[in-house]
Amino acid sequence: MATTALTLPETEYMLPGNRACAGCGLGIAFRHITKALDGKCIFVVPASCLTVLGGMYPTSSVTVPIMNCAFPSTAASASGVAAGLKVLGREDTTVVAMAGDGGTADIGIQALSGAAERNANILYICYDNEGYMNTGTQRSGSTPLGAKTTTSPALGKCEFPKDVPAILEAHHIPYVATASPSYPGDLYDKVKKAKDLRGTRYMHLNAPCPSGWQFAPKDTVELGRLAVETGVFLLYEIEDGVFRLTSRSRALAKQGALKPVREFLELQGRFSSAADAAIDAVQEWVNQRWKRAIERHAE
Amino acid sequence: MLRKNKGARTVTTNPDVHIITGNKAAAEAARLCRVQVIAAYPITPQSSVVENLAKYVDSGVLDAEFIAVESEHSAMSVLIGASMVGARVFTATSANGLAYMCEQIHWVAGSRLPIVMGCVNRALAAPWNVLNDQQDSMSMRDAGWIQIFCRNNQEILDTFIQAFKIAETTHLPVMVCYDGYILSHTVMPVEVPTQEAVDAFLPPYKPHTVLDPAAPRNINPVTLADPRPNADGVLCHGYMELRHLHHAALREAIDTIVAVDNEFGAAFGRSWGGLYWDYLRADAEVLLMAAGSLASEATAAVDALREAGVKAGVIGLRAYRPFPDDAVADAVAAAKVVVVFDKSLSYGYEGPICADLRAALHGRATSPAVHGYIGGLGGRDIKARELVAATCESIEWMKKNTGRKGTGWVNLQL
Repeated sequence: MATTALTLPETEYMLPGNRACAGCGLGIAFRHITKALDGKCIFVVPASCLTVLGGMYPTSSVTVPIMNCAFPSTAASASGVAAGLKVLGREDTTVVAMAGDGGTADIGIQALSGAAERNANILYICYDNEGYMNTGTQRSGSTPLGAKTTTSPALGKCEFPKDVPAILEAHHIPYVATASPSYPGDLYDKVKKAKDLRGTRYMHLNAPCPSGWQFAPKDTVELGRLAVETGVFLLYEIEDGVFRLTSRSRALAKQGALKPVREFLELQGRFSSAADAAIDAVQEWVNQRWKRAIERHAE
Repeated sequence: MLRKNKGARTVTTNPDVHIITGNKAAAEAARLCRVQVIAAYPITPQSSVVENLAKYVDSGVLDAEFIAVESEHSAMSVLIGASMVGARVFTATSANGLAYMCEQIHWVAGSRLPIVMGCVNRALAAPWNVLNDQQDSMSMRDAGWIQIFCRNNQEILDTFIQAFKIAETTHLPVMVCYDGYILSHTVMPVEVPTQEAVDAFLPPYKPHTVLDPAAPRNINPVTLADPRPNADGVLCHGYMELRHLHHAALREAIDTIVAVDNEFGAAFGRSWGGLYWDYLRADAEVLLMAAGSLASEATAAVDALREAGVKAGVIGLRAYRPFPDDAVADAVAAAKVVVVFDKSLSYGYEGPICADLRAALHGRATSPAVHGYIGGLGGRDIKARELVAATCESIEWMKKNTGRKGTGWVNLQL
């Protein structure tokens, strides 16, 4: 049975109030991740919006241990934590490396690739808000084509984003999954599954960002849903090499059709001056990915 | 038992003495200290340290996690993670490897983790050069680590054992520095202590802060300059207070380095001088000062100078950070001139040991002249006779001049 809001455990690992922006998609995700881990975890967090969410010394907005680490070092630091726990006989604790897309797709990818190749016993979660949002919305390797950032200010980004889950899949790790805070039951169940596996597990979360994507904070969940319903973000998991669409993406594959990407993009200020050609290019990028996903999908 | 012969040299009658390289001595020390997590990335001339440790782990001689990472930055990151949950950890590097982990060198120190690392001193690129000088560790001078230089392979082994004790006492990381090739790849007789003796000297690591879901902490979050109250209203340190405490711990480590060396001497019958060692210093009018194997070389130069009628002696610097300013200033006080040989350079100024000695002497009622020489960069050989020539140049200069002599370069061939 898929977990729903009615069957989620009640224990909270986030305290009332944190320093994230209003409407931050990361906060919703973090809440469900910590619930799925039942608090038995150590988080390893580089410079990121999650650092901000956690608060400033000597206070913390969460009741799970966090080890802050240097920006490029997340996966390596986490594999060190895992190695330390192993030699000390404390392997009942899940080590969760959790970084943004800049910390994962850009500056952290070397350490992540190394850890994945070694199959380090960590759960690595990238929350992808599609840019360096904590530092003021600069372009990252995960920023979509056409999005304006402070470092792609006029034309918007001219390149497609990196497919980081595909990069991780190429490392032959036991589990790769995507999830969205707009589908919290699916997110919760995937974290729970990943928790019980050993080796490097990689999850890629879509994290709508009101300040960076330029939409109203009240619309975060709606934006996350539209990302999935337009196929810009696909919900899937790859377990031992077997690819399955999940949750809303699976339902859309079985019946119905994707909404046009324009419906998702036009709600965001960062695409306000995107040329029709750019939107058409995104639509074609989505169509190709969707076609491949349906071909790969195994029931 | 080892019998002291002179300064840097020892003779032995112990049948357990092994003829090993400096790198093997470092690996043996890590094994004896029962390190629990080792992160390894190859770089010349360090590589055989971690190669030896890999053999120990694979063969079951050492019960540790051996993690072959993809970079030096990740090597130190792995150690940070493992140390944060309470494991005793080890790695070694050289030159560009050290430079690549620079960010994490600072992170370790700021986290006050008792990590011990070998720095097999090698010249920094560009241009590429794999031979010895000390620019690599000197470039990390201000990162907040303890830095100790070794003069021979026995001292390398003994200093690593001391280093874990110093680190775990002071909550400061220790970089054990020794000269690439000159020590790392040269075999010397080294007495390898028994596991029982090392266990008695170095108890298991008891971490002061452990990441544990049962007692959650947020370690190293954003910390403002000013103190802030915690949830109970208790005012906690700001960034600047943490920096002051870090600095104060390094200054206090001056005493710890001496105490641990003395304790080691009582336990093993060998000690290494604590902050510095000397040779024929008592009546010396001219002191040659250096760190590492070059200071050993200086004892041969001093023998020649003495034969020529010059009252010369040696100060071999062990602790470079914390800089033992008072101890060294006192030790050189009676000399007329200290000739400092640096195997590194603070570009645009002078040799770093020379500069620090000048500062340590400043303001004293009487103090010797300080003359600085740069030598041995990129593995350029320095012979005892070249140290003699430089010393004689300084003596001659002082007969004709007063004031500050500019930096000299040993065997420079422009």
